[in-house]
Amino acid sequence: MAWVNAIIQGILTGGLYALFACGLSLLFGVMKVVNLAHGDLATVAGYVGVGIVAAIHLPFLWSVPVVVLAMAVLGYVLQRSVIQAALSRGELTTLIVTFGLSIVIENGLLQFFTSDSRGLAVGDSFTTASFSIGSQITIAWLDVYIFVLAVAVLLALQYFLTGSKYGRLIRAVADDREAAQLSGADYRHVFGIAAAIAFATVALAGMSYGLTTTIDPTTGTDTILLFAFAAVVIGGLGSLWGTLIGGIVLGVAQQIGAQINIGYEQLGGYVIFLLVLVVWPQGLTSRRTQS
Amino acid sequence: MSESNGSGLRAQAPLLEVRDLVVYHGQLKALSGVSLAVYPGEVYAIIGANGAGKSTLLRTIAGLHHPTEGTISYQGDDITRLRPEKRATAGIGMVPEGRRLFPSLSLEENLKVGATYARKGPWDIDRVFDLFPWMKDRRGQKTAQMSGGEQQSVAIGRALVANPQVLLLDELSLGLAPVIVQRIYAMLPQVLESGVTVLLVEQDVSQALRVATHLQCMLEGHTTLEGTPAEVTRDQVEAAYFGVTDGSNT
Repeated sequence: MAWVNAIIQGILTGGLYALFACGLSLLFGVMKVVNLAHGDLATVAGYVGVGIVAAIHLPFLWSVPVVVLAMAVLGYVLQRSVIQAALSRGELTTLIVTFGLSIVIENGLLQFFTSDSRGLAVGDSFTTASFSIGSQITIAWLDVYIFVLAVAVLLALQYFLTGSKYGRLIRAVADDREAAQLSGADYRHVFGIAAAIAFATVALAGMSYGLTTTIDPTTGTDTILLFAFAAVVIGGLGSLWGTLIGGIVLGVAQQIGAQINIGYEQLGGYVIFLLVLVVWPQGLTSRRTQS
Repeated sequence: MSESNGSGLRAQAPLLEVRDLVVYHGQLKALSGVSLAVYPGEVYAIIGANGAGKSTLLRTIAGLHHPTEGTISYQGDDITRLRPEKRATAGIGMVPEGRRLFPSLSLEENLKVGATYARKGPWDIDRVFDLFPWMKDRRGQKTAQMSGGEQQSVAIGRALVANPQVLLLDELSLGLAPVIVQRIYAMLPQVLESGVTVLLVEQDVSQALRVATHLQCMLEGHTTLEGTPAEVTRDQVEAAYFGVTDGSNT
């Protein structure tokens, strides 16, 4: 029964990891930007969420759209300025630039919020409510909400990318930037929109993480970025649903590791991560469609 | 279908005018002072061997290369510094060399991308389906699985749905069997009828001579011959194409 519990908890955690990963995957898939500041931006969203709730006593659920919108705008602006400037100088430059961004954000957070860890204080009933199946399995409602949120975000992304004008343009620009220009599309604007969407998911990821546990200025690189990378690599680069599968595999592996020995939680995740890299370097969901 | 009233077309102001264009690819001078004027309703053909600079010229007109010298004007406006997407929305359409379709998009999605920033005009996706009837049943298919000729037709359709004023066609015949090339060029009369002016680049000289109302031959970044197909002789074309100064060789 304990194993069943581990698997269920792992699957639910996988939803959170998918939220971490989908923005990273989208940015890489569309403009080949590996955003090393991804985790830190999620942390920023978490802190802003904390700040808004504390400062102006906005109910938590109302702070979500505010933070998501603010992060989307930030995404567009960062893409059109810093990241686009880096992209024009070569794909590797974006690594250095986003790495720099990551350092700036982390130190900025340390400066303003100190190194104390904080959680999103939204009232106990929301974060601690749970239900039980049998006597050994207790599931937190929050984990269920986050999993549902992750699936909803992925569904919305898929619908957007396949069914909307800008989604189609994003895929076209990802395929062939120049050909998209010949069709009248300014790829820099399209990149900006893709970044806005990625940052919106980052905001959701950061706030969700802030609800499940506490965040501190280094959480972004220590946890969120690493788990996002692992989920993307396991699921397959550039695949949207791959991030959910990757997240679930990572989550389950961690829980099973923890079940074997409480100290093996991280180990379990990385063993699977390395195993996938060795056996399926393309990721679990990749289709080999190279012609 | 060579309409030989090319001179009549040239009475109005040119739609597209290129003056003394110089373009470098790194150290290599790809174009050294090329000029041309395309008039409304024309089929202007640029012929020349591999590496003559034909594609560079077309890509520069579309905005994908930046000239170091010279000007490009369109409908009387200087567009030398205009971004490629702005030229596209102003009415300069292009079918790029190698088709350059969006492989992860379906046929219909490729056309929809082309229509996203379309100008007002006669072309829409349904009219492209009329032009290439086979597309209707295969609209959901990914273009990567299609034959070269089919992909070329999709690329033409993608450019047409934007309702260009002038359509740049870069090496339509590249990599295609002669029969397929004929079939693709068969769409040209309908395109011209809809009021589109055509500037095309061809390695296949006889194909170009069949459709052109005006002709320019390029060699190593220079213009070596210009005129209507009626004005130029086969020997002149041959000399201009290969750069043989002695016209007597057979």
